[in-house]
Amino acid sequence: MSIQIADAPPGIQGQGFFATSIDKAVGLARANSLWPLPFATSCCGIEFMATMASNYDMARFGSERLSFSPRQADLLMVMGTIAKKMGPVVRQVYLQMAEPRWVIAVGACASSGGIFDTYSVLQGIDKVIPVDVYVPGCPPRPEQIIDGITKIQELVKNEPLRRRNSPEYQALMASYGIK
Amino acid sequence: MANITNEEIIQHIQTDLPGCILSAEESFGMCTIEIPANQVKNLFQFLYAHPQMEFQFLTDLCGIHYPNQVDKELGVVYHIHSLVNNLRLRIKAFVPKANPQIESVSSIFKSANWQERETFDFYGIVFTGHPNLKRILNVDEMTYYPLRKEYPLEDQHRTDKNDSYFGR
Repeated sequence: MSIQIADAPPGIQGQGFFATSIDKAVGLARANSLWPLPFATSCCGIEFMATMASNYDMARFGSERLSFSPRQADLLMVMGTIAKKMGPVVRQVYLQMAEPRWVIAVGACASSGGIFDTYSVLQGIDKVIPVDVYVPGCPPRPEQIIDGITKIQELVKNEPLRRRNSPEYQALMASYGIK
Repeated sequence: MANITNEEIIQHIQTDLPGCILSAEESFGMCTIEIPANQVKNLFQFLYAHPQMEFQFLTDLCGIHYPNQVDKELGVVYHIHSLVNNLRLRIKAFVPKANPQIESVSSIFKSANWQERETFDFYGIVFTGHPNLKRILNVDEMTYYPLRKEYPLEDQHRTDKNDSYFGR
């Protein structure tokens, strides 16, 4: 069995030292130790359980520790149909997460309402909170969910350390009425 | 085996509450009667307390909308069960859409409380005398009654779907 170690970010290496930007170093650490908060409401949640279990094992990507408290979570995973009545709950969970935070919408329902084009269902969670990665499928297979997670990892690695101070990010938050 | 027949039930009601039954029919052995909306509480009290009938269990209570039935557009259907007689009875009452008011039976059957709220939520039928008549399943901000046959099924407030992809 071989142990895989994440590649070092680009930097300057010499005898006994390695220099890189703190953005890259922190990004590497964050990306490989994401704590996801599962918000599972229906069948996509079942696929997520398979994703976390031994066959697919999301722990391989550093996400073995699920956080059931939003205050300790880095990544909100919304999986399943979100009824309009559930919308404020999703939003509150998001608000309780500390920065930096990312959101992944797993499945057709969380992304767009899916087949539930009806009066009682929220037509995509991006109506109430900003979303970083959308995973299509009804429900998506565990491979697709892992693909979404690795997309999130790319974002985490490459985002500036203080993205929450950027005017774009603040404008995005303001568009959702989040301070 | 029921100790009392459907005919006897109708007989009892007609004797004690004359004019209460607008129509009666039987399908698959279950009796259905239609009553005026202002008789609901009266009749339920009578059926509950009657020593031979004892209809003391409310199986179901739901609303229905018949858009073409002028002045009787909205209806409430009650299913009650006499446990001692093992006999069920279906009761229908209709109200006009312009003034959809009907008496609450929540003082007789505790289980009617949430079912009447649900019927109010989806059909806008107002149950007078209900202790807490407000929406139960839908969001409080909803401004319409979604199961009335007046609206398209799809959410009318969305902006992101191109109707031409969905054949409408």
